[in-house]
Amino acid sequence: MYIRHLMMAGVMSTLMGSAAFAAGHAACGPEGQSVRILASDFPAIHAVAGTAEENCASGAAEFTRNHTTEARQIMNAALTPNPAEYTSVIVANSTLTQLMNDGLVRPLNDLVEKYGDNIPDNLKISIDGNVMAIAFMANSQHLFSRSDILAEAGVDSVPATYDEMIAAAQAIRGAGIMEYPIVMNMKTGWNVGESFNLAFLAHGGEFFKPGTAEPMVNSEAGVAALNTLKALVEYAHPDHLTQASNETQALWEAGEAALGIMWGSRGAAILDDEGSTEQVTSNTVLSAAPSVEPGGKPGATLWWDGFTISTNVSDAEAEATFAALASALTPEMVAANNDDAVWLLDGFQPGAAAAGVSATAQGGAAPYPMLPQIGLMHNALGAELTDFLQGNESAEKALQDVEAAYMTAAKEAGFLQ
Amino acid sequence: MKHKTFFWFILPSLAAMTLFIALPIVSVFIQSLFVGHEQVLVVSESCGPFGCSQTTSVDLEATEKLREEAPLGQFNGLGTYLNRSHLAFAEIGVAWAETDTWNDFWSVVGDLPFYRALAFTLTYTAVVTPLVILLGLAIAMGVNTLPKLLKGPSIFVSLLPFLVTPLVGSLILFWMVDSDGVIGATIQLIFNDPNLSLKASAALTWTMLIVYGVWHTLPFSFITFYAGLQTVPDDIIEAAKVDGASKWETTLHVVVPHLMPLVSFVTLMLLMDNFRVFEPIVSFSAEAHARSLSWIIYNDLRESGNPLYGSAGATSMLTIIGVVILLTPVLLRTWRDFNRKAH
Repeated sequence: MYIRHLMMAGVMSTLMGSAAFAAGHAACGPEGQSVRILASDFPAIHAVAGTAEENCASGAAEFTRNHTTEARQIMNAALTPNPAEYTSVIVANSTLTQLMNDGLVRPLNDLVEKYGDNIPDNLKISIDGNVMAIAFMANSQHLFSRSDILAEAGVDSVPATYDEMIAAAQAIRGAGIMEYPIVMNMKTGWNVGESFNLAFLAHGGEFFKPGTAEPMVNSEAGVAALNTLKALVEYAHPDHLTQASNETQALWEAGEAALGIMWGSRGAAILDDEGSTEQVTSNTVLSAAPSVEPGGKPGATLWWDGFTISTNVSDAEAEATFAALASALTPEMVAANNDDAVWLLDGFQPGAAAAGVSATAQGGAAPYPMLPQIGLMHNALGAELTDFLQGNESAEKALQDVEAAYMTAAKEAGFLQ
Repeated sequence: MKHKTFFWFILPSLAAMTLFIALPIVSVFIQSLFVGHEQVLVVSESCGPFGCSQTTSVDLEATEKLREEAPLGQFNGLGTYLNRSHLAFAEIGVAWAETDTWNDFWSVVGDLPFYRALAFTLTYTAVVTPLVILLGLAIAMGVNTLPKLLKGPSIFVSLLPFLVTPLVGSLILFWMVDSDGVIGATIQLIFNDPNLSLKASAALTWTMLIVYGVWHTLPFSFITFYAGLQTVPDDIIEAAKVDGASKWETTLHVVVPHLMPLVSFVTLMLLMDNFRVFEPIVSFSAEAHARSLSWIIYNDLRESGNPLYGSAGATSMLTIIGVVILLTPVLLRTWRDFNRKAH
C-alpha cells in the first residue's frame, strides 16, 4: 500500500507540500559557469530545459541545449572525456543505468541539500542512499479505445483485461467494422522487446534470478506473455512488425484502429485537434493498460524522466547546472505546460491525456527494471521474438533463443562468466 | 622502371593504405580477440517515484580496477568467433547429432544469427550482381543506339537512382509499398486481396530488397559499360558487318569480349558493395525477415549501453574473409588474362 500511495502522490500530485520556491536570480548557483544540457526531443523536456535556460542563462557564461532523439546513443561517448561534453543529461529509467554502469553521473546529495528545497523525496532517484537523478515526469504504455466503435460492436465497457481486449477485437471484426482493430508498437527491435516486457510483467514474470544476471525469461510467464501477444496481433495489421509509435499514432489518428496499446506520451498528441478528426478525438478513451486477471497488475512499464549531472565536470559547473534545472521544477512551469506530460510536480492538473498513465500507475504496474544488464536482455528479446510472432517457431524455442542470445552478449559484456 | 624509382613512386599510396586500411583492420582484429571485463555486481536498494526495490548495480570501483589492470579487456582468443552469435560450431555440432533430416538440420542452422544473415547476404549478392550487370549492359547498348538528341536526357534519367541517398531512396520506396502507398495499394488491387502486404511476408520482403538493390546500383554498371562502348573501334564493327555477322552476333562476339575487362571490374565492385548490404534493411524495417552481416555489426554497436566491440569486430573480420572468398575467382581470372596478354 505504501508504494501505491507514493505513486498516487507522484502521479496525481496530491501530496506535495513543496516549499514556496524563491524564483529568480539568486537560485541559480555560481555565476559565469557553463551549462550544457543533452536531452531527448519532446515538448515536456523542452519545457523543463527551456525554463531552466530562461531562469539562469543570464548569469551563465554559456547555456546550451542539445535536444536530439539520438541522445541515448551519444550520451556515454559524450560524457566519458574529462571535461565532459555536457554538464547534464536528461535521462529515463533505462538510460540512467546506462550512464551509471560507466560511472558517468555523480551523486547529487549535497546539491539536493543546497538547491532542492522544492524537490519532494519521491522524485529523488536514489541507489544505495545516493541520489543519482531528479525525476519530474512519468510515462507508461496504456490502453487507448474508441468508445463509439466499441458501442457499435456491442461492447459496453472499456476492456480491462487482455481477454476482454481480444473479445472486443473479435466483436469489432465480427461486426464487420474493422478487420484489424488493434494497434501496438511491434516493430522488430526495441519495440517488440518492450511489448513483450509489458505482457511478461503482467503475467508476473521476472527477467533475472534475483541478485544475478542469470536470465529467467524462458518461464511459464514468458510463454504466457508470448501467447498473449500472439493472440493480440491476430487482430493487428499484417505490417505490425514494422510499426512503432509514429506509425501506430498515425493509424489511430486516421481512424483505422479501435484498441491500442501505446505510450501515454502520445495521448496529448492524439487528443489534440491536429492530425485527426473530431470523431476520433472525441471518442478516444484513455484507460489503464490491460491486466491478465481483473484487478491484476497492468501490462505496462512505468517510466520516469529526470535530470542527472555529469561526473567529469567541475564542481562549480555541476552546481550551476543543477541549480538551473532545479529552478525549472515549479508549479508555474507545470501550469504553462500542463498537458505536455504527466508531471510528477506540484501544480499538475491531470487532464484527459494523463488519465491512462495515472490509472496504470495506480493499478500497480511495475517500473521498467533499472538493472545494468537489462539493455542486453531487451536487445535479445527484440531480435529473437519475431520468429515466434511470424509462426516460424514455438514460444519455448523463441525464449530459448532469447536466453542463448542474451547469454552470449552478457558473457562478452562481462555480466556472466 | 627501376626498383628504386618504383619504390619512391609507390611509397605515398603504400603509406596511405597502411595507415587507412591495414592498421584499422589489424586493430579491429585485435579487438575481436577480447571481451569486456567482469562487471562486479552489487545488490542495493533503489528508490524512485514508483517506490523502492532491491536491484543490482555495477560496483564501479571494483570494475574500474579490473579495467585499469587490462585496458583491452579479457583475452578470449577466438572464443568470440566460435560463439553462438558467430560461427557457432558447438551449436551446429549439437544440431548435427540431434537432427535426423537435412531439413531439420538446416532449419536449426538457419536460426543461428550469423548463418541467417549469411543466407540473406549471399542470396542478395548472388541475385543482384548478375542482374545489374546484364541489365546495365542492355541499357548501355540501348542508350548507345539512340539518336544524339535523346542520349543526354536518357543518360541523366538513367543515373537518377544513383543520385538518391540509399537511406532516403529506400525510405521513399518503403512508403510507396505500404498498403496505403501507391505501389502497395495497386498490388492489392491487381491481386484483389486487401490483406496482401509486401512487408509481412519474408519472400516478398526479400524480393522488395532485391528489386531495390537492382534499381539503386544499375546506374553504376550502366555508366561504366556506356563509357566502355565508346571505345569499341568502328573498324572492327564494320569488318564484322562485312563478314555478314548479324547485329546480335556482333554484340555477342565483338562488343562483349571488348568489354570483358570492364565486366570484371564491375563484378568486383558489385560483389563488394552487395556483400555489405545494409541501408535498405534499416529503411524498410525489414529486420524481421532479412538481416545481413553488416546489420549484425550495426546491431552489436547500436546497443549503446553495452556496445559489443568484440562481437562487432569478429563479424567484421568474417565479412572481410567472405568478401575475399567471393572475389577470388574474379581476381584469378583477371590475373590469368593479364598474364596471357603479357606473354
